Amino acid sequence: MLNVFLAQQPTNLDAPGIDYAAILPILIILGAACLGVLLEAFLPKHQRWSGQVALSLLALAGAGVALGAYVGGSPAAGTTTLSGTVAVDRPALFLWGTLLALALGAVLLIADRSVEPGGSFVAQAGISPGTVQDRAQVGSTGMQTEVFPLTLFALGGMMTFTAANDLLTMFIALEVLSLPLYLMCGLARRRRLISQEAAVKYFLLGAFASAIFLYGIALLYGYAGSVRLADIASATAGTDRSDTLLFAGFGLLMVGLLFKGSVGPFHTWTPDVYQGAPTPITAFMAACTKVAAFGGILRVLTVAFESTSWEWRGVLWAVAIISMAIGAVLGLTQTDVKRMIAYSSIAHAGFLLIGAMALTEEGLSSTMFYLLAYGFTTIAAFGVVSLVRDASGEATHLSAWAGLAKRSPLLAAVFTFLLLALAGIPATSGFVGKFAVFSAALSDGMAPLVVIALVFSAVAAFFYLRVVVLMYFSEPAPEGPTVSVPGAFTTAAITLGVVVTLLLGLAPAFALDWASAGSFAMPS
Amino acid sequence: MTWLLVLILLPLAGALAVAGLRGNDRLAMLTALAVSLVELLLIVPLWLTYDPAGDRIQQASSMDWIPAFGIHISFGIDGIALVMIAVIALLVPIVIGALGSADKLPEGRGAGGFLSLILVQQSLTIGVFAATDVFLFYVLFELMLIPMYFLIGYYGGPRRQYAAVKFFLYSFLGGLIMLASAIGAYSLASDELGQGTFDWATLVTVVRDAPASTQIWLFLGFFLAFAIKAPLVPFHTWLPDAAGQAPIGVAVLLVGVLDKVGTFGFLRYCLPMFPEASTQLAPLVLGLAVAGVIYGSVLAAGQQDMKRFVAYVSIAHFGFIALGIFAFTMQAEVGAVTYMLNHSLATGMLILVIGLVVARGGSTRISDYGGMAKITPVLGAMLLIAGLSTLSLPGTNSFISEFLVLLGAFDARPVYAIVATVGMVLAAVYVLWLYQRIMTGPVRGDALVGAGGGPGTAIAPEAGAKKAVRDLSPKEIALLAPLVVLIIGLGFYPKPVLDTVTPSVEATLSAVQEGN
Repeated sequence: MLNVFLAQQPTNLDAPGIDYAAILPILIILGAACLGVLLEAFLPKHQRWSGQVALSLLALAGAGVALGAYVGGSPAAGTTTLSGTVAVDRPALFLWGTLLALALGAVLLIADRSVEPGGSFVAQAGISPGTVQDRAQVGSTGMQTEVFPLTLFALGGMMTFTAANDLLTMFIALEVLSLPLYLMCGLARRRRLISQEAAVKYFLLGAFASAIFLYGIALLYGYAGSVRLADIASATAGTDRSDTLLFAGFGLLMVGLLFKGSVGPFHTWTPDVYQGAPTPITAFMAACTKVAAFGGILRVLTVAFESTSWEWRGVLWAVAIISMAIGAVLGLTQTDVKRMIAYSSIAHAGFLLIGAMALTEEGLSSTMFYLLAYGFTTIAAFGVVSLVRDASGEATHLSAWAGLAKRSPLLAAVFTFLLLALAGIPATSGFVGKFAVFSAALSDGMAPLVVIALVFSAVAAFFYLRVVVLMYFSEPAPEGPTVSVPGAFTTAAITLGVVVTLLLGLAPAFALDWASAGSFAMPS
Repeated sequence: MTWLLVLILLPLAGALAVAGLRGNDRLAMLTALAVSLVELLLIVPLWLTYDPAGDRIQQASSMDWIPAFGIHISFGIDGIALVMIAVIALLVPIVIGALGSADKLPEGRGAGGFLSLILVQQSLTIGVFAATDVFLFYVLFELMLIPMYFLIGYYGGPRRQYAAVKFFLYSFLGGLIMLASAIGAYSLASDELGQGTFDWATLVTVVRDAPASTQIWLFLGFFLAFAIKAPLVPFHTWLPDAAGQAPIGVAVLLVGVLDKVGTFGFLRYCLPMFPEASTQLAPLVLGLAVAGVIYGSVLAAGQQDMKRFVAYVSIAHFGFIALGIFAFTMQAEVGAVTYMLNHSLATGMLILVIGLVVARGGSTRISDYGGMAKITPVLGAMLLIAGLSTLSLPGTNSFISEFLVLLGAFDARPVYAIVATVGMVLAAVYVLWLYQRIMTGPVRGDALVGAGGGPGTAIAPEAGAKKAVRDLSPKEIALLAPLVVLIIGLGFYPKPVLDTVTPSVEATLSAVQEGN
């Protein structure tokens, strides 16, 4: 018996070849995350914050350098490694760069301890809200410094997600990026209840979405006999298999991906979680999770399902329209800044999906450019939100923003600029992104969808303008919030976001070139 | 560095300097005035170097912006653009000079911000008229909204927030639809040439050969944006609010120059790029134009508020301009282009004079005034001149253009021309009736007599004239003088303007005829 069993084994089991240079950025980030956990255990409490901040920034810089060094000599067609489960190609490298740059902004916001003494994170996550200890921790200056390694783990997951070349790797990456986010959502120093509610909501809905995603993988495995994207693509070329399995599997898989990208109608978690989570974490989620999710969507659609695009495109049209409609229309009724930006992100997800559907080179590069542009604008916007405060923390209710331009003209001007970028006014990166996406969609024959998208852009412009009107044209409330003087970290993050938004608006040529440097690594 | 680029960049530099002087209103005002006067002087070499018989686009300059999409920063002017740029250069110093007399900013709002926004507005508007890249045109078309939005929303009247947002959203939506059409034209070009471009001259040659069905869709996108901007009925509802709430100087720029971007767009983009669609849809546009003439005239006669009155008068006049443009005859077309200039002068002066009236009486309601010419004869004369130019009396500038429009339109489209002629009669009614109510008869009205005398109570000026309602000061006369000179001068000798615009109009018209 044993003989038979052994005889069936391949004679020499090769360890998969690993292209360390290609995946070095991911290894650095994940390694630094593990190191961060150790720091947490061995460093004395008062040194942890500085140790973690230094480690995180170093890891981001190191990964950036490794990425830069690799890009120069990387093969133009991309390469796959780890026995084909990870594809390091030009889009993946562009998205890694985007993620690292956005994470830098987010880490700067997370690290800030001057706006809110001690930072926006709870001193000890275990303290129940409303107790004596909770009131004491609000005044203390400690913080749960595990946030930093958690951020790095999530970032590592996101980077893997955008490069995953089979569905199982993608699922694991999805969990690695999601679990830390669930945790971090519950760590706000103030308004602990709403923060924990956000964490539970995000976790429950996210768990369902993961399960649905996994079910989709199972069905697709049943269809193609493999979880590799390339194998699924070649399976769809044949006709003797069950289309039911294919489309059911594809649908469930997309639900999981669209959930992460907060595309309507799978967006229901977004407003609550954006509102409840600590603002730096919201910024991180809004910018980086979107990049990862759409990176995944782009790869899955292009590599695995391109040949069936006629079948699914109609459905995604509907999803894109619903998402834009929900984002633009419900955004109008919001009275909380963070919820408003959440609905704005849902509308933007609809725009992104239009680009992702095009499946042309322009579609790919324009969607990736949009992600880059949107991420920086959002991080800076949440940075600004974190500065407007009253006695109970951030003053996120819109009425508190009335007449802000009188008291802090600079902050109001910066926020106005960011809102105009979100609305897609020319001379901002938001406009160039929209323009690129719409022109890609139009040349791929989606003219009606582009017109609908333009109409929703105009509707969405109204709620951004409403905030501008409030800040500039209204009289300030008598006991309005104060604007904190930002510390070096927040200033750096906001400046980074604003500069990139302006730069990509005025001279986008270089970033467009990077984004269109190459396409996904296809099986030869 | 062409003269044109200097003209575009100088106000921007001026705006920066003025913004830096926010604490010192007087110095800011002087700087802004100096910048705008230099700008006006620079029109002289621009006009002199422009050769009407030369190339279609002159003073051309171009540099790459986004090579991936074939987008350039390129500027150049034809005769039509030159005239519009000259008008804005003339109006801006007057608007700046009028601050403090015709215009009063709300309490606590400094002049520095206002002036620098005006200068930014000037730069962007000149840029819009000068852009020869369709993408650049779109970008400036939308950017132009932002200073105007703040000028109305921050410095305007009591309902300024509503007016500013309405203005912005209308124009923004129109612009976005135009963007869709522009991208459509771009992808046509990239199919045709293998390499997409937004260069105006290239796009014209590609798009005008497209099938009529494609042309109509693309035409409608551009048309909607311009019809909102130039307000044609039924896309006009933002203008009475915006012009009514804007400060006087801003209203002068908005109605006098910004709205002309719409009619300019018809001429520069709609006709040459989509000749077939333009001809096919001309009856529709002419219908809207004539409806605008009648509708604007009737509503102007019924207005109680002077600033809204001007807005409706303009809607009627934009109807005339659109009638001239879409009649496709040489006379009508030249008439329409000169109408764009003359409307700026006449309406600009009318708004300024109304601003001077309002500054004295403190109310924009017509019924608050009466017999004002007895106290302020010079102001009365100015209102009369502006009014007569508005109703196109022979001997004023507007007469020639209105006459040409009707004459040319009658050749091609007699029915529309005849209906539009009713507008001329109505113009006499609403203008003279306005003058009569405000200026003639015994002195009366809340704005002029003290609170003791109610409306309708006749009081001799020396007996109870309220506060001190003074006639125009020398400074105010100096502000209005250039406009008066031009209104009467161009009424008798329009040749320089006609010579400048005619070749460009000919080129536009022949593009339409070739395309069919």
